[in-house]
Amino acid sequence: MSAPRMDGPTMDGPRMRGLRRLPEGGEIDRSRPLSFSFDGRAHIGYAGDTLASALLAAGETVLARSFKYHRPRGLLGAHHEEPNAILDLRAGTRHEPNARATLEPLVDGARLSSIHALGTARRDLLAVMDRFARFIPAAFYYKTFMWPHWHVYEGTIRRMAGLGRVAADSRAQGGALRHIDVDLCVIGSGAAGLAAARAGLKAGRSVLLVEQRSRVGGALLWRDAVIDGVPGARWAQDLGAALAAGGARVLTQTTAVGLYDHNSAVLHERSGDGGRIWQVRARAFVLATGAIERPLLFGDNDRPGIMLADAALEYLRRYAVVAGSEVVFATGNDTAYQAALAYAAVGARCTVVDARTDTPAMAAARAAGIEVLAGERIESTLGKDRVQGVRTASGRTLPADLLTVSGGWTPLIHLYCHARGRPRWDAERGVLLPGAPVQGATVVGAADGARSLADALAQGVQAGGGAATDVPACIAPPFDWGGAPDTRMAFGARRTWVDLQHDVTAKDIALAVRENFRAVEHLKRYTTLGMANDQGRTSNVNGLALLAERTGRTIAEAGVTTFRPPFLPVPIAAVVGTQRGELQAPLRRLAAEAVHREERAELRGYGDMLRPASYGPAQDAMTRECKAARERCVILDASSLGKIEVLGPDAAALLDFVFYTRMSSLAPGRLRYGLALAESGAVFDDGVVLRVSADRFVVSCSSSHVAAMTAHLEAWREDRFDLSRAFVHDTTPRWATMAISGPASKGVMTALGLGIDLDDTAFPHMSARDGRFAGEPARVARVSFTGERSYEVSVPAGLAEELWRRARTVGAEPLGVEALGALRCEKGFILVGVETDGETMPQDIGMGRAREVRTDPYVGDRSLHTPAAQRSGRRQLVGVAVAGDEPLPVGAHALSRGARPHSVGWITSSHMGVGAGKPVALAMIEDGASRHGETLEFEHFGTLHRGTLVAPCFYDPKGTRLDVRP
Amino acid sequence: MQVFSCPYCGPRPDAEFHYIGDADKPRPERSCSDEEWAHYLFMRANTRGAARELWVHRAGCGRWLVVARDTETHEVAAVTPMNAERAGT
Repeated sequence: MSAPRMDGPTMDGPRMRGLRRLPEGGEIDRSRPLSFSFDGRAHIGYAGDTLASALLAAGETVLARSFKYHRPRGLLGAHHEEPNAILDLRAGTRHEPNARATLEPLVDGARLSSIHALGTARRDLLAVMDRFARFIPAAFYYKTFMWPHWHVYEGTIRRMAGLGRVAADSRAQGGALRHIDVDLCVIGSGAAGLAAARAGLKAGRSVLLVEQRSRVGGALLWRDAVIDGVPGARWAQDLGAALAAGGARVLTQTTAVGLYDHNSAVLHERSGDGGRIWQVRARAFVLATGAIERPLLFGDNDRPGIMLADAALEYLRRYAVVAGSEVVFATGNDTAYQAALAYAAVGARCTVVDARTDTPAMAAARAAGIEVLAGERIESTLGKDRVQGVRTASGRTLPADLLTVSGGWTPLIHLYCHARGRPRWDAERGVLLPGAPVQGATVVGAADGARSLADALAQGVQAGGGAATDVPACIAPPFDWGGAPDTRMAFGARRTWVDLQHDVTAKDIALAVRENFRAVEHLKRYTTLGMANDQGRTSNVNGLALLAERTGRTIAEAGVTTFRPPFLPVPIAAVVGTQRGELQAPLRRLAAEAVHREERAELRGYGDMLRPASYGPAQDAMTRECKAARERCVILDASSLGKIEVLGPDAAALLDFVFYTRMSSLAPGRLRYGLALAESGAVFDDGVVLRVSADRFVVSCSSSHVAAMTAHLEAWREDRFDLSRAFVHDTTPRWATMAISGPASKGVMTALGLGIDLDDTAFPHMSARDGRFAGEPARVARVSFTGERSYEVSVPAGLAEELWRRARTVGAEPLGVEALGALRCEKGFILVGVETDGETMPQDIGMGRAREVRTDPYVGDRSLHTPAAQRSGRRQLVGVAVAGDEPLPVGAHALSRGARPHSVGWITSSHMGVGAGKPVALAMIEDGASRHGETLEFEHFGTLHRGTLVAPCFYDPKGTRLDVRP
Repeated sequence: MQVFSCPYCGPRPDAEFHYIGDADKPRPERSCSDEEWAHYLFMRANTRGAARELWVHRAGCGRWLVVARDTETHEVAAVTPMNAERAGT
């Protein structure tokens, strides 16, 4: 059979050709051929194939190059245990840079290529690396690439040793994260898992069944079994359908990648681009994850054509692929004989090489015409780019185009370990088994060391909450675990691979032990054994056995390393899901967004809110909008400003405690500007507080600090107040606020006609009045962020557009956030988080008075009296004037010239001041408040500017314009 | 992904909550020394094992809670309103 290009002693081309794919059987749909290519060679597979089964059937044996030595590698496994076959997959617009060939379903038009080769896997120019193997043992990098520094070499080495590359045009799109909450989540749908799911559903529990493969059944899909009188694979398919029909959710192509706190799990469903993440919360988990086979340790055991026996059986039974025509089955357990009998039945010439002298399975094999060499081991393999034969310990050579290996079995207990379970070594079975039970999860079946199919079914039924009478009857060969790894042939003349994915050999382990890296965690890190992305699935136990042998300990004494999530690598696209672009950090929207768009606003994110930056063409908006504010009347959508209500008899006391500025002395109907501090004394936020009535206040804090300010008020309320006497309630989104500002604003307000007496004596600056707009309540507060006469009008959010339109028709012109920034800058109004940072205290921004006079407790009080708060040299708010008409760059550092030039502060805001008629800037400068008149140099990316420190107000310092008449 | 049983909202995933700090950290009087104040501001117990922590249910009711839990095993012993312990202080 086999690949047309194969050569060597076992070549028997014409007669066997075509036998690679059986004419019938398996899960593939022969009526749906799919075309694909590998490294440019065109092939045909079928619907139902994985990439791996299609490649195997097509005779592609060299699929990859090894990580370090660039040795040719083919398929060792048939599913997640596969260490070698990681490919670049392109299909249409889809691109997976590290597709696992054994997991990915074949799709029509798939273009596959090898990833870790200079050229192709078959002809890799880096294959020369293997010639230098004896010069690059374990830890070679640590010892060699030290001088002058590892980073000098890192780029080259990483390029030579990396996995696939994400293409620049990759647009992988993961699915949206899904949450699911169930009574029972069963991981693994082999016999034990199916039994558990059925019992759980029968007991009335909601059930989620998770399966990695494309259909349920686990090893029943390829191993011999009869359950309830029907073949195992049939039983599994029927039960899977019945479970789904009965209300259970069955997820196939889905891997449980991690088990986490408080009965939660994360799943990765492989579907389309990247796939989808599921977060599961379950009252109970059943871990029915099965067991995988271990390779054998002998010379050159990494050649293409060397495959796990169970994998060879899976390829044959599920995909009808005959993986070899002249097959040597090397084993030390009875379970692997199933594969030999199956291959003999399809006409392959089979030889079993068994380390044991006599077992019942040998007689059965001989009866089926299989030659059995008892008490014999493989010493090494023959061949170049694929296996062509074997040499036994006694010196015989046997031709082979497929060598299957079965060095015993390894239960999959990763999820149990994620739940902090500690495995124990079972010497008789030669496996690591779950130790003490963990909360919330039960391990069943082969994962728990079950000795037969009947045991696995019984454990599953019990874990699912069923009765002994629910256990189905079954017929299956006993499961032979095989005992501890056989290390007898590991240190022969030829290299023996332990970890195929990271190219770790038995000699590397011996070297590590000689250099005293004898603790298992040291060995792992020194040799990188088990640290590849398969987490040593097929290599850990063999590595442990070699470590134990070299150090004269038992495997139990050698200890185990820890498994951590994820069980399988998860594509970043799946982790990101739909949280990208606009959905990555969704912005909140203004109620009047549509009208801003009509006004040709340029919308921009400020904090978590999408707001108009400017209106109309950007280049002249700044000056035009500022001029309108200073000379006529503007309207600004200020709806994002906080409107946190603080209510109750103790509301004033709460605000006194939370604010640095006292609020209890405020008269009803009046407003006061104030600061709130953190306990560190740093300015936490600023805002204007309105006292509506004796026991009702509205805190109008900075736009992007509403959530934090609400939490801050709530924290101190709960910390020290009677909850029945003070309440905090954020009403921000319920109100739209338009700030109407400018010398002509009073006329606009009069035209709006809200039913409020606008006379300046009746309604002075820093007071508020209630009126009505469109039949709804409207609150007007005289507070100014521009320095001009201003009215902030708040109406129910649904009236935002109407208020905007009305104000526009009576003469208000639009003002964006950017122009507002320039207006407030020339007035010297700070923005918390722009002028201030985590060290700025009130006295640094000219508000030191309360510190001197207040003796009652308030948040941050003690911090204002520490040596750090009182020292000289603190950065203080100043204005910076410049000679020319070019504004200073924001972020420019003020230099102190002297023996050691250093920064003494920086520019925090800088604009062309339209009102001031010159550039204006604010800065935080060491001792700045007492240095007015001093000229400093400001450095920014190598350019020097000069500026003179002045009082931080460039426009109307006396505040006369707040009441200016039109 | 722990689950905290909020006394106001019921069992919710920990992503809804925000960790604040140690629960048993009384605010010193203004007359305290600089060292005592610095300790209050900056020092954390970083307990291994049974701990009492302050959390705020930010994506839920917004209330402040004392969560008694084991920082090693993540076992939660109790979730109680912060104010229930502090009222009157």
